[in-house]
Amino acid sequence: MKKILLSLALVFSGTLVFAQQTYPVNGSYDIRPGNYAFTNANIVVNANQTISNGTLLIKGQTIQSVGTGTAIPKGYVVIDLKGKYIYPSLVDAFSAYGVPENSRTFSGGSRQSIFTSTKKGAYGWNEAIRPETQVNTIFTIDTKKADELRKAGFGSVNVISRDGISRGTSAVVTLSDERENTTMLKPEASANYSFNKGSSQNDYPTSLMGAIALLRQTYYDAQWYGKQKEEYNISLEAFNKQQNIPQIFEADGWQNILRADKIGKEFGKQYIIKSNGDEYQRIDAVKGTGASLIIPINFVKAYDVEDPSEARNVTLTQMKGWEMAPTNPGVLEKAGIKFSLTSYGLDKAADFWTNIRTAIDNGLTQKQALLSVTEIPAAMIGVSDKVGTLEKGKLANFIITSDSLFKKNNIVLENWVQGKRFLTGKKDEKDTVAKTLAKKEVEKPVLNAGTLIYPFTAFGLPSPLKQETVLLKNATVWTNEKEGILQNADVLLENGKIKAVGKNLSAGNAKVIDATGKHITAGLIDEHSHIAGTGGINEGAQSSSAEVRIADIINSEDVNIYRQLAGGVTTSHILHGSANPVGGQAQLIKLRWGKLPEELKFAGADGFIKFALGENVKQSNFGTGARFPVTRMGVEQSFVDEFTRAKEYKTALAVKGNHVRKDLELDAIVEILDNKRFITCHSYVQSEINMLMNVADSLGFKINTFTHILEGYKLADKMKARGINASTFSDWWAYKMEVAEAIPYNGKIMHNVGITTAFNSDDAEMARRLNQEAGKAVLYGGVPEEDALKFVTLNPAKMLHIDNKVGSIKAGKDADVVIWSANPLSIYAKAERTFVDGIAYWDIERDEQLRKDQQLERARIIKKMQESKGKGGKTQRPVAESPRMYHCETLEDYAMELNELERTHAHE
Amino acid sequence: MLMNKYILTVFLTAAATVSAFAQANISPAPAQSKLTYVLGAKLHLGNGKVIENGYLIFDKGKITGIGDATVVRLDMSKGNLIQANGKHVYPGFIAPVTNLGLAEFESIKATLDFAEIGNINPHIRSIIAYNTDSKVPATLRSNGILMAQVTPQGGMVAGSSAVVQLDAWNWEDAAIKKDDAMHITWPIVPKGRGGFRSPTVTPELLKERAQNAINELDQLFTESKAYAEGPKPATTNARLAAMRNLFNGSQRLFINVDQEKDIIAAVNFAKKYQITPVIVGGDDAYLITDFLKKNNVAVVVKQPHALPNSIDDDVNMPYKNAAVLANAGVDVVVSIDGYWQQRNLPFMAGTVSAWGLDPEKALQTITLNTAKVLGIDKTTGSLEMGKDATFFISSGDALDMKSNHVEQAFIQGRDINLDNLHKQLDKKFSEKYQLKP
Repeated sequence: MKKILLSLALVFSGTLVFAQQTYPVNGSYDIRPGNYAFTNANIVVNANQTISNGTLLIKGQTIQSVGTGTAIPKGYVVIDLKGKYIYPSLVDAFSAYGVPENSRTFSGGSRQSIFTSTKKGAYGWNEAIRPETQVNTIFTIDTKKADELRKAGFGSVNVISRDGISRGTSAVVTLSDERENTTMLKPEASANYSFNKGSSQNDYPTSLMGAIALLRQTYYDAQWYGKQKEEYNISLEAFNKQQNIPQIFEADGWQNILRADKIGKEFGKQYIIKSNGDEYQRIDAVKGTGASLIIPINFVKAYDVEDPSEARNVTLTQMKGWEMAPTNPGVLEKAGIKFSLTSYGLDKAADFWTNIRTAIDNGLTQKQALLSVTEIPAAMIGVSDKVGTLEKGKLANFIITSDSLFKKNNIVLENWVQGKRFLTGKKDEKDTVAKTLAKKEVEKPVLNAGTLIYPFTAFGLPSPLKQETVLLKNATVWTNEKEGILQNADVLLENGKIKAVGKNLSAGNAKVIDATGKHITAGLIDEHSHIAGTGGINEGAQSSSAEVRIADIINSEDVNIYRQLAGGVTTSHILHGSANPVGGQAQLIKLRWGKLPEELKFAGADGFIKFALGENVKQSNFGTGARFPVTRMGVEQSFVDEFTRAKEYKTALAVKGNHVRKDLELDAIVEILDNKRFITCHSYVQSEINMLMNVADSLGFKINTFTHILEGYKLADKMKARGINASTFSDWWAYKMEVAEAIPYNGKIMHNVGITTAFNSDDAEMARRLNQEAGKAVLYGGVPEEDALKFVTLNPAKMLHIDNKVGSIKAGKDADVVIWSANPLSIYAKAERTFVDGIAYWDIERDEQLRKDQQLERARIIKKMQESKGKGGKTQRPVAESPRMYHCETLEDYAMELNELERTHAHE
Repeated sequence: MLMNKYILTVFLTAAATVSAFAQANISPAPAQSKLTYVLGAKLHLGNGKVIENGYLIFDKGKITGIGDATVVRLDMSKGNLIQANGKHVYPGFIAPVTNLGLAEFESIKATLDFAEIGNINPHIRSIIAYNTDSKVPATLRSNGILMAQVTPQGGMVAGSSAVVQLDAWNWEDAAIKKDDAMHITWPIVPKGRGGFRSPTVTPELLKERAQNAINELDQLFTESKAYAEGPKPATTNARLAAMRNLFNGSQRLFINVDQEKDIIAAVNFAKKYQITPVIVGGDDAYLITDFLKKNNVAVVVKQPHALPNSIDDDVNMPYKNAAVLANAGVDVVVSIDGYWQQRNLPFMAGTVSAWGLDPEKALQTITLNTAKVLGIDKTTGSLEMGKDATFFISSGDALDMKSNHVEQAFIQGRDINLDNLHKQLDKKFSEKYQLKP
């Protein structure tokens, strides 16, 4: 039986609309003329032009004419489309149709220690860079998927191999079921990129910042490759060849749009960016990139919130996201951003129209909707000359619909691809259906899409907080200056700076805050933090990852920013983890809750880099033990090698200039040698601390800070002699072997020896009470209170080279101050207000109101979700999630996360 | 004078050269030999009351007198006098639910003895693994923690804990109450990992798995009860036998559970067997205070120094949680995770006080309330006549790190050595740099 079906199919496909020159036919040729005339139709030529009662002539796969009063030549099959519509068939600029899905096996997060490509041949070193992939060579027709897409009205799609960071070239194909030889519209349509390493077996990169670094390095390598003669490299060769076609970047989410665009700008590229539909949350920033976008319309299903205890598991972000996502296309249109809509990401292509109509109900115009599924995607992928509109000479790719495309009961009746007719199997039951559904049509959804908050999470605010002139009256002021602790003193904040400190300051126009009985200190500074990052903070697949930058992965939406403001923190040094000896470049941020990632960055601050020693870098407690180094002896040689190579690189640059291959990793090390980048080194036991000091001396670089430095007390004299700073924990120990002799007196001893000493958190929880950690310097060793407070304010400011701006209360410094309910070193102290640049991002009273408002907002949306469920809307069960926290030792595989997300989404 | 200094130096040198791992010079203190008076201190009784200027008399390890020093005349010729004017006296703090003495270095497997394999381990007993030579307890004593409930972890039924005092030669010596409680973890639908990772199995399946585990627990309890009530069986079952004391009331049942519905289910489960459980964790307990009060259920709150469970939660909820419960009338015990971290237990109570609970009631959450749920309140947990003389003297408020300064501590009347590894290393290296330790 099967055999019979198969041969029937073969016979069928032997019937050709137009000649396929090179293939022999088994039997007699059956080439049909393919001359059709479609008459009396409403022909939508493009989004601006509709012809009523028009005629469309096609010959073979080409449109011959579109117009009215057309004389129909003899020999044409006439199809009368009275009352019906013809539209150009839809074009999808982003599709995985006809190529194998990324089939990476999930290794459960453990490293495999595969350092270079497993691909045989003269390819690049890293499997995630696969520009040699050419979809035109791997594409095969998938009749089932083609049928599904055709039924939704699509006629041609850009097929992308969604595997790797550099993904090679895509191909535009039609959805005809002819041979691949004839469905190929453009064999090299776009070059494609992502942050997802896909099926690559290589450990590197494990993180988002590593993916970014790898792509940047690839651009530089490709530039170098063009100028050299010593190496043949298929990957770089291909990379260079595909630079002049459209460049499409899959970067889901507005923050990733900004990240991708930044890479593009560095190399003079304007990516077309495929995102995930959350652009409405920061539309101005998205527009600022100037990028055209490809946007999915796979709006999330409502959560099933019948059970209040389960409804608690749904976050405000999820609730508002459900409510506001359908507004996204309309918001993009209003913002004047050029975008196409993709069916990619939908559970089934049939949902495409339902969701487009939802988007139209939520502000998208029909005209824009049509543009975004025809002309815009066609232009994006360079096939405007063939598809997207109905014009003479273009492909006969069009759909026949029962009604206007966007009407609820419209049916796609026929889909013609390259002049070949495909019936969708649906009948025009307009008259009967319209009657039965007429009443339902009236019932428009409630269009109260809520308001945006910044950030788009709990404790976000609908409008930015304003900088005010504020006089804090009559407090105990811990100045951290020679004035010491002032009683009954005032602090005046103006234009984001501390204007004056003293007694009985005149208020002028300032808002007065009575701080009687309260304490005021400079905002706390955390020298070692891992909050506000995304996609992993460790790029530990190699012993050096100096090329990666925390700056690339700052996440402004992390609730820990708000939580730490509530603990008086105003500045955090976001560090790379400690999985390898030379880690990545750090980023200093101010906790400006609600601002964009770029706006969090501490302007003008020196750049730092994380180094690490000990158990983590030698992978004592994780990993395969195959990555060098695995002993402290090897750790030394990692540094020696890195700096030796960097020196040689620097010399080569001086001699040969830009003929030297630019190496982002060594660039960072050269910056250290040039005193333009500064080291903060994760460290525990004395032997290795001593080692690094010796390596630094012998290779001519400086260590700015030892962080953790739990045995600093054993070497305090040597550190002091070199002017090295110390940033330690107050009282952590016993969590691994190298902290067997970590003692809480460490800070005190280093301080007493004369080292600039700080306490850091390395922990999102502890960072909320750094002031109390400073209090432990009083407990363990009796550090004077004024000095103890400096452990978390002025001293970290000094070691971060920002003490001219923050860290003390002094006229002219940034207005980063905290009002405490009690002595800040005491367990009883609560931060009541935390100002950054004179803005009270934390206010304990406003917080209370915010929580009340948030409850109301949740209740409103829960009600709406229940209504949606009542009307038969699909729902999903809420699942509780633990918020993700990063520590020094957190290892995760960003690509695997992305893949798994996709997989689970697909199975919903 | 010169001579004295010389002796002092010799002593310090000796202390410094002792190998850090031997800790040989910190011996458990001998039994109390002489009646002792503590005079003039502010006595925090641990039961919510305070005596501003008090006296405390103890003899043969027991408290034999306590009261207001301003209204009595004491004959102090018979004993030692500790003048403690302006200082604070507290009952020894008790660390509940900890793997203290069962772990030395978190990352070194050979030092970890708190989690046996297997899911149902009622026959597992922590007391025999409690390591009195661990270097950790001495670091806790310095901050006022003098007792601990040494608790096994892992699996659904982890086994029996024991209460120990922290100045002992061996575990037999240390034991205050062996096998005080059985510890179980209530089966729940696990949380997702957060971020963008979603669980790979359906919520329905997860729920079913949890229910299966509850059924298994139910069967264990049913069979154990029958086993306890019946005649001696032909075939001994160590697991079922170990459950016996739960049903005669001589052993407590501690259930680790956090979410609202799960807590209710766990309490109702225990009630079915006429057991009043102690809830450990209880993140959502504040939502069901009436239910907990009605059932007389105490809650061991996990450490207040924690992050909120959900992004949307009040950022200070973990700080407030214990106070909300206690002010609603629930018996609250405050705990902290881990073992080396236990030295911060006093500051957990301090936090609870800062965020809404009366300071003496906050103190109670690490003293008398703890003693009650561990079943040792007849002999310890508060400064009362006839109880063990287990207390310490601090120069300042011991719940605040800024002023916690333990000058002297007694366990069952024994004047314990407050030295520890950390102080020794401090001395050793301060001396290297010629600094004051």
